[in-house]
Parts: sequence; structure tokens; C-alpha cells
Amino acid sequence: MHSLISVNNLTRRYGDFCAVNNISFELAAGDILGFLGPNGAGKSTTMQMLTGSLAPTLGEITINGIDLLEQPKAAKASLGYLPENPPLYKEMTVTEYLRYCARLHHIDRSRQTAICDSAIERCGLDDVRRRLIRNLSKGYQQRVGIAQAILHSPPVIILDEPTVGLDPIQIMEIRSLIKTLGQSHGIILCTHILPEVQAVCNRVQIINQGELVYSADMKDMLSTETRRFEISLSAKIEREMLARHAVFKSINIIDNNSFTAESDLPAEQLTAYIIRQQWGLTRFTTQQTSLEQMFIDLTLSDTNMTNSSISRKKRLDDRLQTNAT
Amino acid sequence: MILTIAKREFRSMFLSPLAWVILAVIQLILAWSFFKSIDVFFEIQSDLTTLKNAPGVTDLIASPLFEVASIILLMLTPLLTMRLISEEKRSGTMSLLLSAPLSISEIVLGKYLGLLFFIMIIVLLIVLMPASLAMGTQLDYAKMLCGAFGLFIMLAAFSSAGLYMSSLTENPMIAAISTFGFLLLLWMINVNSASAGDGANLLSYLSLHTHFSAMMRGILNTRDIAYFILFITGFVVLTIRQLETQRLQG
Repeated sequence: MHSLISVNNLTRRYGDFCAVNNISFELAAGDILGFLGPNGAGKSTTMQMLTGSLAPTLGEITINGIDLLEQPKAAKASLGYLPENPPLYKEMTVTEYLRYCARLHHIDRSRQTAICDSAIERCGLDDVRRRLIRNLSKGYQQRVGIAQAILHSPPVIILDEPTVGLDPIQIMEIRSLIKTLGQSHGIILCTHILPEVQAVCNRVQIINQGELVYSADMKDMLSTETRRFEISLSAKIEREMLARHAVFKSINIIDNNSFTAESDLPAEQLTAYIIRQQWGLTRFTTQQTSLEQMFIDLTLSDTNMTNSSISRKKRLDDRLQTNAT
Repeated sequence: MILTIAKREFRSMFLSPLAWVILAVIQLILAWSFFKSIDVFFEIQSDLTTLKNAPGVTDLIASPLFEVASIILLMLTPLLTMRLISEEKRSGTMSLLLSAPLSISEIVLGKYLGLLFFIMIIVLLIVLMPASLAMGTQLDYAKMLCGAFGLFIMLAAFSSAGLYMSSLTENPMIAAISTFGFLLLLWMINVNSASAGDGANLLSYLSLHTHFSAMMRGILNTRDIAYFILFITGFVVLTIRQLETQRLQG
């Protein structure tokens, strides 16, 4: 399958400071790529370069087979972008604004109404379509921003923190919208919210200090993780008692009746094992902290810079090795 | 595509009170000045009949009106131009334009064109005042048209400088003040050019006022038109270059 975005050796320097260093990645149709990184890691710089607001120092970007730097207009036609701050003209109404965006994307006058209506419906903006954007709440403004990005159904959609300021129900709606869009489009999702990436994305990339430190399919990543479980028993828990059982590793006792532990066994075998011990199992939870843990591992910078980049590279290699096997 | 941006720019001016206030202020001051000069005209009317080559009503009313208008607009144009690009940058809407399939030239030309539409309205409203005299007297239409054109092209020049200043900063106030300072300097640069010499000639050529006043006398000179067109093209190109540079350097 040909890739929607292909980025080769992308580098961006601001004077001596290197914000993005030699990044390469690809995005295929049907991919929802989670782009993670701590503040100042170069996420936004990368997104700005992908959308043509910023020129790269080195490297090339191809969008839908068209070189962004050589034919910017043609390449940008297959792009929908929601920046960190939704780019809204606050003195316009929702419909006026979306119509203007449609015109900016060279959409025929005859199709404008239909396209705007479908974006309004998809983002749940029907109640506010005649209101001034200025008077809308933050959540609605965010949704107008999303509507603007998906309006012309571009092959590539780049969303920078799309669920900021939304209430939990809206977040669920937007996530399911993103999933639906992901079936036919390629999506890059930039976010700080790790559960969001786990819930929505099928690929994940972590960027730190301008370098791509991790990149994998979500299912590979989850399968290589050591699992961590939270277990509650009716029996009183003692460390010695648990330590006798080799299936539990790095045990952490929470209180008299519950503890967390890692285990190589899959969940169903582990529960069967505990039941055989007749401890009176009352609660069994799989902890979904894998991505979070990895994020912290990869991005927590050591004090010694040179060491850190070497060890990071080593860790990355290790990860890739385990993924491959 | 340029027109799409121009139309939005034009409409958004009328969505904020700024455009209405500026139009009202201009009309109010000029109407007062207009009546004043009509008054003067009636006083000296009897003396004029004795003169051989007497100035007509167009010279005595329309031209002074345009002169006053040019000075008021020297102060007000910076307020119109200050938000053109700085506001887009500040509110983040610039990234909408940059990520859309548009070139930077289209963005800049669209914004400039939108402003020119507004300036046309200003000039039209000003011309209506002396034109209303046509009900009672004979007017020198060609001379008035020449004056109106002079006013328009000079305002277009003011705006191009304002456009450029607005691309330099995210703060509209700074854009307005620097535009005003720059225009004022160019306006009065020829004050001392009474003393002869090459330097004085150069200063006189650079001055906006020299070129404007020729058109007020009804002289449509290619030299003056070339000056304004060079001025406008120069600043529009500078603006495009400036935005390109910001894209390259971040």
C-alpha cells in the first residue's frame, strides 16, 4: 500500500538549537498514529512542518505522493489540520466559517452546503450552527476546529490535541469519530493523554528532545509488555506467603487484602492459579499502565546528555529486538 | 482564491465596530470642513467674478476637501491596517491559511485587496460631498475624478506600508504606530526642500505629499503614478518576502 505521508530525515534547527533531529516515518491509509512526547520535544514543530507552516532545515516530506516542498499547493490539498489553538475567526458564525474554509479548499459552490452540513452533523454542531463562534464554549469551539479539519475529507488528517476542553461524553464522541475517520483516512493524533492513544490509535510514536525514540504497532507494544495486575484477596496477605510463589514478580503490597504484581502468565492462567491456592480471590484487575510506563522510561532525561542519548538508543534497539522476536 | 480572502477581510471589517467608527469620524470631520469651504466660497464669490482666470468651485471646494481627507486618513489608515496580518498570527488563524492549498502571495494579495475595497468606499463617500454641488452648479468632473483617483492611490500606498508593518509584529499597536510614524515622515520629508540642491530634489521626490498635490491640481502625471505603483508593489512584495522568511526561520 502506498503511504499517505512519508517523512525522510526531517531536521529543523532554530539557530544552534536543534528542535527536530533526523526524523523519518510513514503513515498509511487506515492508520491512526499516536504522536507522543513531553513538552518541548518537537511535536508541534514536526506538525508545523508537515502542514507547511514551517520550512524544514533538511529532509523531505511527501503527502499523498506529492512533495510538500516542491508542490506545496497540490500537497496541501490532501491535508486537514487542527492546530493546538483552533484557528477560528471569532466574529463569524459556525456556518459562515465552515463555508469560508470550504472555499479556501477550492470546493465547488454547489457542493459547499452539503459538505458543511455533513461536517456539522459529524461534529454535533447542529444546535449552534447560526451562532457566533466567539460566543461558543471552549468545547464547541474545539469541535468547530475539528469540523474544519475534516470538512473537505482530506486523505491525511492531523489533529493536535483534539479533545482538550471537551467533557467526557464529547471526548467519547470525538474518539469514536476519529476511529471512524481512521478507517478511510490516515490520521496523526498529537496528544499528552496516554489513555487516548491506547483507546484510539493503532500505531504509536514517541519523540523526545527532537529524536524519534520509539515507534511500534499498538498490538505489538501491548503484547511485549510485562503485565501488571492488581489483586485483592479475602485472606490476609503476607509478603513471605506471596514470595513463595514464583509467578509473582516485583510484588507491591497495598494493604492487608490487596497487592499488585507483575507476572509472565496471561490473565486467565493467573486467575486459575490463584483460585487453586484458595486465597479467596475477590478482585482481579489488569493494570493498563504499559504505555505510560514506557513513556516515562523513554522521556525521562538523564542528567548526562551524551549518556542519555546512547542509552536511549540502546533501549530503543532492545525494544525493537523484542518486537521482532 | 484571492477574492475569497479579500471578501472575508472586507466583511470582517464591518463585523467589528472599527470600520463603522472610522467611516463616521471621517464623514463628520469632512462634512464640517466641506461646509466651511462652501461658506468661504460664498464670501469671495463676488470678488472671483472680477478675476480673469478665476478658480472654479471644484478648485475651491473639492481639492481642499481632498487635502483635509488625506491628512485625516494619514492618521486613520494605520488603524485599518494594523490588524491585517498581526491579528491572524495572534489568533492562530494564520495556520489555517498556511495549511490550506494557498500560496503566501495569494494570502497577502487577498488581504490587501480586501482593504482596497474598503478604501474605495471611503473615497466614494468623500467624493459624494462635492458631487452633491452638481445640483446647483457646474462642476469640473475631470478634475474631481483626478483628485479622487489621487486620494485613492495614495491611500492604497498608505495601506501597503501598513500591511508590511503588520507582517512584522504580532502586536497591532506596534504596527499602527510604526506605520503612522513612517507615513508622517514621508509626508513631511520635503518641508525643507525649499533650499536648492540634489538632496532636496531627492527628498522632494520621496515625499508622498509632492506627488499627491500634483494630482490635486488636476495634473495626472506618469511620474506620480509610477511613484505610487512602485511604492505599493515594493511593500506588497516586502510583505510576501517577510512571511516567506518567517516560514523559513520560524
